[in-house]
Amino acid sequence: MNEMNALLNLLENDARLTPEQIAIMLDKEVGDIKKLIYEYEKDGVILGYKAMIDWDKIEREYVSAMIELKVTPQRDKGFGSIAEKITRYPEVQSVYLMSGSFDILVLIEGRTMKEVAFFVAEKLSPMDSITSTSTHFVLRKYKDRGVVYGVPEVDIRGSLV
Amino acid sequence: MDYSKILSKTASEIKPSGIRKFFDLLSAGDMSDVVALTVGQPDFVTPWHIREAGIESLEEGKTYYTSNAGLTELRNEISLYLNRRFNLSYNPGNEIIVTVGGSEAIDLAVRAIVNPGDEVIIAMPAFVCYPPIVSLAGGIPVLIPTKEENEFKLTPEELKSAITPKTKLLILPYPNNPTGAIMDYEDLSKIADILRDTDIMVLSDEIYAELTFGQKHVSIASLPGMRERTIIASGFSKAYAMTGWRLGYVVAPEQVTSVIYKIHQFAIMCAPTTSQFAAIQALKKGDDDIEYMAEEYNRRRRYIVAGLRSIGFPCFEPKGAFYVWPNISGFGLSSDEFCEKLMYEGRVAIVPGTAFGDCGEGYARLSYAYSVEHITKALDGIENFVKKIR
Repeated sequence: MNEMNALLNLLENDARLTPEQIAIMLDKEVGDIKKLIYEYEKDGVILGYKAMIDWDKIEREYVSAMIELKVTPQRDKGFGSIAEKITRYPEVQSVYLMSGSFDILVLIEGRTMKEVAFFVAEKLSPMDSITSTSTHFVLRKYKDRGVVYGVPEVDIRGSLV
Repeated sequence: MDYSKILSKTASEIKPSGIRKFFDLLSAGDMSDVVALTVGQPDFVTPWHIREAGIESLEEGKTYYTSNAGLTELRNEISLYLNRRFNLSYNPGNEIIVTVGGSEAIDLAVRAIVNPGDEVIIAMPAFVCYPPIVSLAGGIPVLIPTKEENEFKLTPEELKSAITPKTKLLILPYPNNPTGAIMDYEDLSKIADILRDTDIMVLSDEIYAELTFGQKHVSIASLPGMRERTIIASGFSKAYAMTGWRLGYVVAPEQVTSVIYKIHQFAIMCAPTTSQFAAIQALKKGDDDIEYMAEEYNRRRRYIVAGLRSIGFPCFEPKGAFYVWPNISGFGLSSDEFCEKLMYEGRVAIVPGTAFGDCGEGYARLSYAYSVEHITKALDGIENFVKKIR
């Protein structure tokens, strides 16, 4: 495997690994690993380090939804300017340009369904180039970004050999 | 009833596995917080495409026995695989038998070769099954303790001095569980030079062949003149993370497999059919999975070796399998005492070296078939424990 990909794969799986640990695992100098990580951060290849949290396990009002948007592209700007506008809202977690029967997919998080519904009605729908919206609430998360949600696995491997 | 008069003397006299003994300790009392580095199997799940092939075979109703030697297609694929990866050439028609794991392959090979009173040389420390299997076949295990200064390889001098007119078989378990030692072409050449002039057969247990680091595994059967005197036992457990499927194979010259075949036919009939269909998929499309898992193990190997050395253990650098074998003799404790104390006081479980033969005294086996996070936790526990008893 390509060395730089190896570094990124390690961090993608466990962002808490230290440069020292990574250097040992990849048989490289710590200084080189630190430099690589710094460059990746500077170039925007590595954009952040976040924990995966199952909010359903915590006493906290939380709801998320996916909203399909149909959009009239703007002259010379296509979908870029409307997408950029949507990203500015802190409630918005993700914005994707999609192929298929709609144009933009927005992932939103809020405290209640009502809050999300109002956000769509008051913020997204009124935008000039958005012609229609369709909101889908997430009922349960089974797997996200490669991580399975639910009860942590217990090691039941037999130890005979 | 007095069962001691009823039960087989040979079977009754076999000592239970030392690993098992240690695990009985682990399961007694509240040990749920103990961090274990004990298992001898991958922490990966069998790749999905392989599991799917097994499931599909069930959906299609393929629930019958296969032929005794195993599905023709599977034996063809094993033959291609051995050629592709280890430059070996075996006839799928009569030189390959699919078995219930590598363990059955070892048992069959020993039973096919050994007459009562024959001596079987075993390079130690080693996986726990060889001496009892030899004893059950009426053979006499002759154990050669390999040494750290020789990187736990079997040396020609050691082999020579163990050979007697009664020697029938040499069991060569490399890549080695528990030491992680491997033997390269040059090492094997020296062994082959001694064996070529004898009628001694080799049972080469190559179950960890796909897990070598820095260099490719060499099978002794690929050396000049050695194919005719070698039996290879191997399987799918370690390379493809398929331990629970219980599937392996034994390959040897036709004169040997024809005898092995009879034992397998009457004792086992055939290996599990679902597993055989899954294994076909593994061999056809699984090379990338092997590389991926081997690279993962390699990272953890470097990590755990560096961790143990920084705690202060002299630690042989393993070149194969997924175990490290540090020297733990510097504390005035026997291996058993050290590991027991570490478990009760340090809350970390590792296997005392003596579980793999008397020559394992002074050592312990740590498996790195665990996540880096888990290994880190265990190393922290070991470090704290060592600080206390030093």
